[in-house]
Amino acid sequence: MESLHERFAELSNDEVKRYSRHVIMPEVGMDGQRRLKASSVLLIGTGGLGSPLALYLAAAGIGRIGLVDYDVVDFTNLQRQVIHGVSTVGRSKLDSASDRMLDLNPDIEVVKYNEPLTSENALRIFGEDWDIVIDGTDNFPTRYLVNDACVKLGLPNVYGSIFRFEGQLSVFYGDAGPCYRCMFPEPPPPGLVPSCAEGGVLGILPGTIGTMQATEAIKLILRIGDPMIGRMMLYDALEMSFQTIKIRKDPNCPVCSIAKEDVALIDYEQFCGMPAHDHSEFSSVEDTDYIDIKTVTVHDVRAVLENGDDVVVIDVRDPHEWDISAIDGTLRIPKPDIQLAKNGIQAGRKLWEETVLNEIPKDKTLYLHCRSGKRSADSIAYLSEVGYELDKMYNVEGGILAWADQIDPKMPKY
Amino acid sequence: MAKIRIPTPLRAYTDGASDIEVAGGTVGEALNNLVEQHPDLRAHLFNDDELRSFVNIFIDDEDIRFLGGLDTEINNDDSLRIIPSIAGGRFK
Repeated sequence: MESLHERFAELSNDEVKRYSRHVIMPEVGMDGQRRLKASSVLLIGTGGLGSPLALYLAAAGIGRIGLVDYDVVDFTNLQRQVIHGVSTVGRSKLDSASDRMLDLNPDIEVVKYNEPLTSENALRIFGEDWDIVIDGTDNFPTRYLVNDACVKLGLPNVYGSIFRFEGQLSVFYGDAGPCYRCMFPEPPPPGLVPSCAEGGVLGILPGTIGTMQATEAIKLILRIGDPMIGRMMLYDALEMSFQTIKIRKDPNCPVCSIAKEDVALIDYEQFCGMPAHDHSEFSSVEDTDYIDIKTVTVHDVRAVLENGDDVVVIDVRDPHEWDISAIDGTLRIPKPDIQLAKNGIQAGRKLWEETVLNEIPKDKTLYLHCRSGKRSADSIAYLSEVGYELDKMYNVEGGILAWADQIDPKMPKY
Repeated sequence: MAKIRIPTPLRAYTDGASDIEVAGGTVGEALNNLVEQHPDLRAHLFNDDELRSFVNIFIDDEDIRFLGGLDTEINNDDSLRIIPSIAGGRFK
């Protein structure tokens, strides 16, 4: 790791004691611990992956740890973001994480960047003397941005990614091996990625992958073992299987095969066709952007259900979500079924496809709802392509979350 | 028959199946057999007859792009994997 600074810091007697389980190992020793103290690691995100990363890197004695996040702690984060707690719900994630890290180890320095990572600020933030960047983000635009900025500045990028029960781990390092784009030259189009709401993740999974990212960072700093450069580890929690695959440097990679000064940060939201973060003003071009969808409120829904009006209210969430909460009197057909039926009919297939759509009357007014309103809008767009009149379909604003807020406060929210 | 490992994000299109036996002497034939068994997968793997650029197919630990691509010959006991592009698990 030639680009990693050859730096050592002095340890106090208290620090030697704190890190005694490290320094008695010959692979670490006093020199290794002094290297850790002199090192700087930048974490992108203090969420699921960032929680174990920040905790273990602080505990291990990384002298300077940077955190990039703009979010506040939400109650629903606590299922997996173990650095935060009930007492910090509503606080900035940076302050919440930083307090916990300094409680664990007051000898370290925490540098806080309270801003979303963007093409405008990435080179400034990454350029503030970091040895390693660790990617703990949750979206494609930021992953491509982290990769490109790391390649440009010659920084190793410890990559971890999770989905449901599966995780991926690698070290992308343009100076010594392939980068993220060598493996994933371009992102899948938005319509082909399961949406966030259809995603979900086992809460322990980011713990598993995040601690492995921390392990790779420590190995790089200590210059021990075989770093995951040119390899990717695939983890399946249900099988408890680990498989390592080879990743090669793409000689035509648009980023790591060209001169660093020629690497330009681009508009990654445009590149991926999706927003990078909640504060983004980017609106993706999706099915629903081409058409004008009418809306109703949850109060309208209650009125038609109570009055027995000739309106069909359709819940397009996934079946496991119906178990969490549901509105009585709704027809339940998951959005993926509607999407597949539409695709099938457009491809000239009938059987199953028509069975799904036969449940949805063409001559009646339809109110569609999901959790918050996105999937139901998509469903209306799909139905409008296979013979349903747009004028007769209404999207329920705010979905079942609005119902829980405004109609039934006893209903659980998720 | 060779086996193809389906990653979680694509199991919605294989009725939940994670390992699927496929017929064919090359990677391309095996993938064609896969999408014949599960037609809804086709759009996720192919753009017309071209493998989509974000779809990574591995035989054991080797990327087919560095073997023979879709023409790579496979044996009955080979395990193919589709490696998905995943970004995170935020639940919104």
